Amino acid sequence: MNDPILEAKNVSSVLGSGAGRVQALKDVNLTLHGGELTMLMGPSGSGKTTLLSILGFMLTPTSGSVCIRGQSTENGDAETLARVRREHIGLIFQSYHLFPTLTAAENVQVALDVRGEAGSKARTRSHDALAQVGLSHKINSYPREMSGGEQQRVAIARAIVSTPSVILADEPTAALDSGNGHAIMDVLAAIAKDPSRSVLVVTHDSRLTSFSSRIHSIEDGRIVGEQPAAGSCPVHATPLPPNDAVRAETG
Amino acid sequence: MPLNFTLASRNLFHDRIRFVATTIGIVFSVVLVMVQMGLYLGFGQMVTKMIDQASPDLWVMRSGTKCFEDPSLIDARKRDAYLAVKGVADVNALVIGFSDWHMANGAITPVFIVGSNLKGDGLKPWNVVAGSAQSLSEDGAVAVDKTYSERLGTSGLGSEAEIRGHAVKVTALTDGIRSFTTTPYVFVDMSRARTYVGIPNTYANYFLVKLKPGANVDQVRHDIEAQSPTNEVLTTPEFRDRSRNFWLFGTGAGVALFAGALLGVIVGTVIVAQTLYSSTKDHIDEFATLRAMGSSNRYIYGVIIYQALLNAVVGFGLASLVGFAVVYFTSGGALPVVITPLLMSAIFLLTVVMCIVSAFAAILRVLRIDPVMVFTK
Repeated sequence: MNDPILEAKNVSSVLGSGAGRVQALKDVNLTLHGGELTMLMGPSGSGKTTLLSILGFMLTPTSGSVCIRGQSTENGDAETLARVRREHIGLIFQSYHLFPTLTAAENVQVALDVRGEAGSKARTRSHDALAQVGLSHKINSYPREMSGGEQQRVAIARAIVSTPSVILADEPTAALDSGNGHAIMDVLAAIAKDPSRSVLVVTHDSRLTSFSSRIHSIEDGRIVGEQPAAGSCPVHATPLPPNDAVRAETG
Repeated sequence: MPLNFTLASRNLFHDRIRFVATTIGIVFSVVLVMVQMGLYLGFGQMVTKMIDQASPDLWVMRSGTKCFEDPSLIDARKRDAYLAVKGVADVNALVIGFSDWHMANGAITPVFIVGSNLKGDGLKPWNVVAGSAQSLSEDGAVAVDKTYSERLGTSGLGSEAEIRGHAVKVTALTDGIRSFTTTPYVFVDMSRARTYVGIPNTYANYFLVKLKPGANVDQVRHDIEAQSPTNEVLTTPEFRDRSRNFWLFGTGAGVALFAGALLGVIVGTVIVAQTLYSSTKDHIDEFATLRAMGSSNRYIYGVIIYQALLNAVVGFGLASLVGFAVVYFTSGGALPVVITPLLMSAIFLLTVVMCIVSAFAAILRVLRIDPVMVFTK
């Protein structure tokens, strides 16, 4: 097993106040290791999104701690947490959240631009990231000109372009048909083969479990089970295509 | 080009109807400011036209004289005494005042008489386009501006009329000597000017003092004032400022022009603020995504500020074209709109500040964004 990249220790989270107060997470312990694709599964309202927000340094836990590469962000202000996110975290969303007025390449480049990386080097990196997800031919396309699967791959390219340590994916296949969904998972599994990176995928889709190295189940704000995958490597994972092979698979 | 600028410009131009509406609002606002301030400058220039044209080293006038058109009288017999002051090269009396111009058809219109010594450095007609200023030494000769032909019932050189029962004849025509009061100027010889405005020969309204090279201005002023305690002595810039301040602020005209300009700024600020705020709300998911990706507040503010600056540049550019058209069409009028490069620069700066101030509401909105919303939308 590779070194831990992100560790959540005894994380609890209480949301709201008064009559609306909800204990969203209770003493959650979770470790993401390099070279692994971890899945977090659970029903609606189980605390998945809250945990994802805390692991993504968007929400501060009520108690407990989250460390990334051994670095704690306890008591960090909003700007400190934003810095941790831009340096270590790549995010993939269920509804893509691409910028509709930017091209695919520009959408990817935004992730570098917020880090202060601009110019031709950033452009080249964004083109390379799009090539990694099989979208070299869509560099100048706008989101409205792309299918859902293609848009999600742009979002993946945006998440990986700055080589973050952790990639957090929230229901990345929920808006896609099964063919596109599997292709997206294949890309994520390939990314997770890099020992310096860890991928966490939140999903309810049990058909995707074969892509994972480790599965955590969450219910009522508690991790109720951890289940390593059958093999040491994800079943479906193939090396990340260096070219446009994915395009052929997903159309 | 920073990518947040690209994002700002694409978002701004993406919603064309909103962009056009905003631009119209900014253009309206900037043109209003431009015209009001242009009128302010034009008015300021018009009210001091006679002072600028005469431009002696010193003006001697009755203490408390408010402006060039103020008909307060001074003792004309003091001329020799002033000439004797050390450092004084020449002293010329100036007589001004309102009178009535009786046309051949019996109609009457008020005129403003300007009478000076034609042989000295007085205030003689300029921009003479027909006849000559020297002709004013002839009996009954007057010079008027050709733009007032209809008003005065004249048809050019040789036209006749009466002032205070005295026959006058137009012997010189000028071009562009217009009065902001709309009362036509009539240039005459000083001795007849007294007759036309009804003051004794022993009085004048001003003395225009020319100094010898190297003369001590303050000493000359002091020496002249010492001779006539009821008079005061001003330099041309001082008299210009006093006259301008009286007409612009003493009468409230300048305040009204500034109030109009302020209204323009307020209208523009509200329009831009409303647009930026609604645009920010429409794109709130994008701002939340940027925040979730770890962008700093500064980066996100950059998007909004760039939009504000783009609004400012486009709005100001179009407003400038309208402004230049207004300048062109008012240039021959009694009260031209004057737009100087300095005024343009100041209004551009004001437009930028106005648009940036307008961005505050939008910035406050993005400050409240919770990046977690990207998971729930």
